[in-house]
Amino acid sequence: MLNGTGPLAAQAISLASEKYTLPNGLEVILHEDRSVPMVAVNMYYKVGSGDEKPGRTGFAHLFEHIMFMGSEHVQVGMFDQLLEAAGADNNGSTNEDRTDYNIQMPSNALPLALWLDADRLGWLLPTMDQAKLDLQRDVVKNERRQGVDNVPYGRAFETIAQALYPSGHPYSWPVIGSMADLSAASLDDVKQFFRTYYVPNNATLAIAGDFHRDSVRRWVERNFSQIPRGPEMPARPTPAPVIIARDTFLVLEDRVQLPRVYWTWPSAPLFQADDAALDVLAYVLAGDKNSRLYKRLVYDMQLAQDVSAFQASSRLTSQFFIIATPKPGQSPTTIAGLVQEELSRLMQDGVMPRELERARNTFRARKIDQLSSVQGKASLLNYYNYFAGTPDYARQDAERYDRVTQADVHRVAHTYLEKPKVVLTIVPAGQTALKVTRGSR
Amino acid sequence: MKHVSLPLLALVLAACVSGPRTEAPAPSAAAPAPMVTDRRTAPVLGPPPSLQLPPIIRRELSNGLKLLIVEHRELPVADFILLVGTGGEGDPAGKAGVATLTASLLEEGTSTRNALQIADQSAFLGAQVGATSAWDASRVALHTPTAQLDSALALFADVVLRPSFPVTEIERLRKERLTSLLQVKDQPRAIADRAYASILYGAGHPYGQPLSGTESSTQAIVRTDIQQFYRMYYRPNNATLIIVGDVRPDEIERKVASLFGSWERGTVARSEWKQPPPSSTTTIYLIDKPGAPQSSFRIGSVGVPRSTSDYFALLVMNTILGGSFTSRLNNNLRETKGYTYGARSRFDMRRSAGPFTASAEITAAKSDSALIEFMKELRAIQDTVPVTELMKAKRLRQLELPASFESTRDIASQLIPIVLYDLPGDYYNSYVEQIERVTQADVQRAARRYIDTSKLAVVIVGDRTALESALKSLQMGTVEIRDITGQPLRP
Repeated sequence: MLNGTGPLAAQAISLASEKYTLPNGLEVILHEDRSVPMVAVNMYYKVGSGDEKPGRTGFAHLFEHIMFMGSEHVQVGMFDQLLEAAGADNNGSTNEDRTDYNIQMPSNALPLALWLDADRLGWLLPTMDQAKLDLQRDVVKNERRQGVDNVPYGRAFETIAQALYPSGHPYSWPVIGSMADLSAASLDDVKQFFRTYYVPNNATLAIAGDFHRDSVRRWVERNFSQIPRGPEMPARPTPAPVIIARDTFLVLEDRVQLPRVYWTWPSAPLFQADDAALDVLAYVLAGDKNSRLYKRLVYDMQLAQDVSAFQASSRLTSQFFIIATPKPGQSPTTIAGLVQEELSRLMQDGVMPRELERARNTFRARKIDQLSSVQGKASLLNYYNYFAGTPDYARQDAERYDRVTQADVHRVAHTYLEKPKVVLTIVPAGQTALKVTRGSR
Repeated sequence: MKHVSLPLLALVLAACVSGPRTEAPAPSAAAPAPMVTDRRTAPVLGPPPSLQLPPIIRRELSNGLKLLIVEHRELPVADFILLVGTGGEGDPAGKAGVATLTASLLEEGTSTRNALQIADQSAFLGAQVGATSAWDASRVALHTPTAQLDSALALFADVVLRPSFPVTEIERLRKERLTSLLQVKDQPRAIADRAYASILYGAGHPYGQPLSGTESSTQAIVRTDIQQFYRMYYRPNNATLIIVGDVRPDEIERKVASLFGSWERGTVARSEWKQPPPSSTTTIYLIDKPGAPQSSFRIGSVGVPRSTSDYFALLVMNTILGGSFTSRLNNNLRETKGYTYGARSRFDMRRSAGPFTASAEITAAKSDSALIEFMKELRAIQDTVPVTELMKAKRLRQLELPASFESTRDIASQLIPIVLYDLPGDYYNSYVEQIERVTQADVQRAARRYIDTSKLAVVIVGDRTALESALKSLQMGTVEIRDITGQPLRP
């Protein structure tokens, strides 16, 4: 066994914070860290692509873009200009479950960041117009081209989601949306979405870094307290657990030299039982050179150019992926047969102590590294607060991996990977015959 | 996401962030009744926190291996970067890829561990070991929990000092590389990068070849090329070990000395390369990617070496042109026209003159309009820039420094240019001041000297049938059709 890393890592993983709520419902989470004269602000809105309406896929993310286009007291372009002149960096991100906005800056610029974040929460609509929407619609369409349409294998994940989830499931459409839905988004949609979701009672402001707690509390109050509480959030769907009746085999032609195969199973939601064990299972399958699939397919037999496995965790349900690219001249079906063999072997024999240790030690080290920047800390606080129900979850998160046993990994392999799955083969144009139709469990 | 991180100038900055800070005033005991902020004007900010040089401890072992040590105790981790002062520029003629292949092979077997054992041990330790080559240097990096420092450091030393370059691993990596080269055909952005370098530098200069090699160079490399590269360049007198983390200098020096002390000096040759002749006209090189919904643009020329005396003027000028989100290129092509998800420019500064490149992925239907806007901005930067724009760029570059010095990994990578480009001891102390000194005239002079819109290479990877006639009718330069490696099409 490995002596030392465990206890030391557990000590290192600490992310103490103070959390309180303004009368208008805005949650505030503060974490002081004076190691560098910097502060990071991370603003979470509990809305993501999963909250979108039919015919408006991609809207939550399109709206994220509009949040940088100025507000009543911030002219178009000034949001970024003011921050750059203060040495700050900023960005936003949207996924199925939430939207976040982050700003990291030298510590003296915190009042500016709070002033800007408050203005776009409290005063976005007075200067909202069709031109801002149209411009960012074009930018987002280019983001889709750059990230999906002009990228080999770029449509894989949206193709899988559509097959894996029942129609209408919040995760059944892509975060980036479809071109047609992006075209359809109207100024009324923008206003309605803003009034519904961008209210203080649906937001959490996490601040990490070099600040004086009392000053920050005062700044937060002065900037945000006059923004009125909004209506209660519309009820979010609570879809039934995802079950596919039988294996689904898909094929998609793309402008690629080599085929690539994706196996996807529905799996346990983020932070729920089995989520960490599935992370460890993914590592055992393809996390390093000695992992089952990598060693067999890529290292020993050299039949695949690459293989990966991962648990993509989300709030309602997750997806467990195995992805492999056959080398030139190798068939996807051969690869699928070998993947099945390795999965069968794992189902039969379970995992060895050394495999478990490699995975656990690697995850533990990653958890420590997440604490190495104030921006990382601010976003982790919001992530834990939203997905685990408390910002004070860093140590518990790390301990989830310490508790995973060989039996857990063996069990989750049976529980999840023996169920029906979606198998997508992306093939070079005209070669649909390469589609995998069998050969894996 | 709103945007992907924009690459800044290819330079790395250092400064440290300890010492006096601006403290917020203490709150009075009887806090005043809640007030609201005046929303009409943005808040006036206090003075930014001050920056100080990191205490860098310099040591040297008797075999010439230099050590740069920075203590950083925030987390129980440490980073080591062994910097070997030769990278892809040392690739033999016709054998592009030797430097990167040599680096990759360090992890593929030593006299005491095979590839699987190396991987097993580093994962078991929760450590990361990796080696790679850039143009100017090869680097072997270790990131480890300090609880495992001794074992991790022994593994790291083994990888650096005793690689065995097994034939089977060479052949495996060769096969992987050839497959990756095949896959480049799927990736318009990679095609554009490679073709652009090839067109700017030609076959006679290492910068004209990909660091990871071409199909023919990958086929041509033999084991002795790798062994010779290693023997020639992986020498303590051609190397510096950067150490940052929860370590004590004397103790870590002793440990390093016991592991690396017997590493033998060598005589290290330096390659000299003739600069390619500058282009005499602006030419558009169109590379066909049938059906591409976007066109990949790479526009520019051979730029400057890192040793340029115009370094700070270029830093500020490029920030204004295309080195930040609010830069002219991004503001025009993205935030005004909506032609792209992001446009940028950079001076890639190396030991020799690297490329200056303006780039973007442009929606196919706007390719010709985008080229007009690119050219407009490349010309406009040659006029005097307004003071407010100059100040915004200078403040950004001055004030963002602390962000580059947060983690042990950050600090270690910021020390690399100090080593590689032999920067003066007070370089970082004067960094902010050097930027402060850049004037409107300096920016204009740098733009006029290094950006000549009549002598640019314009590489566009996109759908030829949709683009060719539109690009020709712009009359901005001859339109040449090239293959995906940047070479003229064979008839």
